[in-house]
Amino acid sequence: MAAVSIRDLRVHLGGQPVIDGLDLEVASGEFLVLLGPSGCGKSTLLHALAGLIDVAGGSVAFDGVDQTWASPRARNIGMVFQSYALYPTMTVAGNLSFGLRARGTARAEIAARVQRAASLLQLEPLLARKPAQLSGGQRQRVAIGRALVRDAGVYLLDEPLSNLDANLRAALRRELKLLHQRLGATMIYVTHDQIEALTLATRIAVLHQGRVQQLGTPGDVYARPANRFVAGFMGAPPMNFLEGRLAVSGGTPRFVAAGFELELRDYEFRAAAPVDGEPVVLGVRPEQLRIGAPGSWTSQVTLIEPMGNHQVVWFDCAGSGWSALSDSDAGPRVGARIALAVSSSPVSLFRADNGTRR
Amino acid sequence: MTSVIRRRAPLRAALNPAWFALLPMALAAVVVYLGSFLWSLRISLTGSRSLPLHDYVGLAQYQRLFANDRWLHSLQNLAIYSPLYLAGCLALGFLLALLVDRQLRGGGALRAIFLYPYALSFIATGLIWQWLLNPELGIQQAVRAWGFPAFRFDWLVDQDHAIYAIVLATIWQGAGLVMAILLAGLRGIDPDILRAARVDGVPGWRVQTSIVIPMLGYAFATAALLLLTAAVKLYDAVVAMTQGGPGTASEVPAKFIMDHLFGRANLALASAGATVMAITVVALLAPLLYARGRAARVRA
Repeated sequence: MAAVSIRDLRVHLGGQPVIDGLDLEVASGEFLVLLGPSGCGKSTLLHALAGLIDVAGGSVAFDGVDQTWASPRARNIGMVFQSYALYPTMTVAGNLSFGLRARGTARAEIAARVQRAASLLQLEPLLARKPAQLSGGQRQRVAIGRALVRDAGVYLLDEPLSNLDANLRAALRRELKLLHQRLGATMIYVTHDQIEALTLATRIAVLHQGRVQQLGTPGDVYARPANRFVAGFMGAPPMNFLEGRLAVSGGTPRFVAAGFELELRDYEFRAAAPVDGEPVVLGVRPEQLRIGAPGSWTSQVTLIEPMGNHQVVWFDCAGSGWSALSDSDAGPRVGARIALAVSSSPVSLFRADNGTRR
Repeated sequence: MTSVIRRRAPLRAALNPAWFALLPMALAAVVVYLGSFLWSLRISLTGSRSLPLHDYVGLAQYQRLFANDRWLHSLQNLAIYSPLYLAGCLALGFLLALLVDRQLRGGGALRAIFLYPYALSFIATGLIWQWLLNPELGIQQAVRAWGFPAFRFDWLVDQDHAIYAIVLATIWQGAGLVMAILLAGLRGIDPDILRAARVDGVPGWRVQTSIVIPMLGYAFATAALLLLTAAVKLYDAVVAMTQGGPGTASEVPAKFIMDHLFGRANLALASAGATVMAITVVALLAPLLYARGRAARVRA
C-alpha cells in the first residue's frame, strides 16, 4: 500500500499537451477513480503513473519517494489493461507467474502468491487453460490476478470492465469492490462510466481537457458538481439546466426565468453573496423533480422512456428539454399535462459566464 | 422426408458454385503437378537418354544415382545449406523486422529496402555477389587495400567454403521476405501486452523470447515453409555465383537434375533425382503441415 502524490504533472503526446499542470494526492488504501470522457487524458495519466510514457514536467511520488523517472519495473505497481493484455501463448498459471519468474522470485514464493491470487479470484479451475479458452470475464479476472501477484503498492486499472457485457460488468464491479475492501490496497481506476465511478470510488477525480475538474467523494461530486461540465457528465439522465437570473429581494434569493421561478431557501452560495439580476444557470437533477405534487408549474409530456423499475418523463421547461423520474405504473402518458415541483434537496447554480458553481 | 434430403445433400454440395470456381485450379493441380510427378516417376524407371523411352529397367537409375559422387555431394551440400539458410534468414529477418517495427516512421522506406533483394532475380544480383566475393576484385581486395594485407576472404574459390558463400548471398536475398512476414505478425501484437510485460518487470530479451517469438509462431512457420522450399529449389544462385564449382564443391540437387535433363541428355537419371527430391520435400513438409493444422485446431 502506498500513497501517491502527483505535483504539477505535464504530459505531451505528439507535441500536444494532454495533461497540463495536474496536482493530485491519493491516500494509502484509497480507491480513486479518474472519470472523464474519452480523450480527457485519464488513460494518459495512468500510463504516466506507470512509467509507460515520459512526462514533460512535474513529479510523481509513491510514499514520498520520487518515481518521476523510474522504470515501470522499479515502481512496484500492478496494472490491469482494458484489452486484458494477457500473454496468449501462456496458460493462466503462466500468465500469473511470468512476471515473478522473470524477476527471479523464489519458486515456493511464486507458488504461494499464485495460489493466493487464484483462490481470491476463483481462478483455480482455470489455471491450466490458455487465454483463448476463457470468456471475457474470466480473462479480466486473470488480468486482475496478474496484477495482484505483484503484491504491489499501487494498482492501476485502465477501464478494466469496458470490454465486458452489461451483466458481467456489474458482477465484476462488485467483485472489484469486495477485493478492495479485503485487500485495502491503493487503487487508481480509470473509467468513462459514471456508474462504475460512483459505486467503486472512495473519491472521484473528474478529468476534462487534462485538468481535474472536481475531486471529491461520489456523493459530493454528484450532489454538488463544481461546474457545468461535471454536472452534465455525472448522472443519467443528465441534469436539467435552465438559464435565468437571480432575484434578491425580501431576504430569500430566487431564481427567475421566463415563466419559471424557484425560491432558493437553503442554497449555500460559494464565494460572494448573490447579486440581484446576476445571470446564472439552474441545474436540477431529474430525481429532484416531483410529478403530480401541488406544483409550482405545469408542462406537457413529450416523451416517455420506460426503464423497467421506473420511467423517465421528458417535457418542456421554458424552452429547455427537461426530464423527471416517475413510477412505471402510475406514470403519466405522452401529451398529458403534469404538475411539477422541485423537492427540498439542494439544486445547483452555475455562473452563466464560465460555468463554475455559484 | 429427412432421408430424401439426406440422400440429395451430396449432390447439392457437388453443385455448389464455389466448387465450379475452384475446378480450373484443381485440374491444374492434378494434371500439372501430380501428372508431372507421375511422368517423372515413370521415366525414372526407364533407360531414357535424350528422348523418353518406354522400356522398364527397375530401380537401376536409382542405383546409379546413389553411386554417383556428384549427386551425393549435391545432397551433402543441400544438407549443409538448408539449415544454415533457414536459421540465417529467420534470425536476420526477425532482427530486421524488430528494427523496422521500432522505427515506425522510416518503416515504409526500410521495409522496401530490405524487401528489394527478394524482388530481384538472383541471376542478376548473383553476378554482383560474384564480384564482391571474388578475391581479386571484391571485399578481400578492398580490405587489403585499406591496410590489412593478411586479410583473407576467398570462400567463393575455396573448395571447402564455396557453399557458405552461397549461404551468405542467399540469406541476403531471403531475409527481406522473412522480415515482411514477421513484421506483419509483429504489427498484430497488442501493444498493451508489451506494456504489461514492462510493468511486470520482464527484461527486454525475455519479452522477445517468451512472448513475442511464441506469438509469432504462425508467421515463423509460414516463413520456414517458404524458405525450405526455396532451399530445395536452390539453383539460380549456384549458377550465377559458382556454376557448381570449384570442381563440384557447390553442386546442389536441382542443378544436378537440370544438368542431366538438358546438358548431359540423361532424362532417366535426372527424373530419378527429381523423384528423390520430391519425396524428400513431402517427407519434410508433412510433419510441418500437420503441426500447423493441429495448432489451428487447438486455437479454434
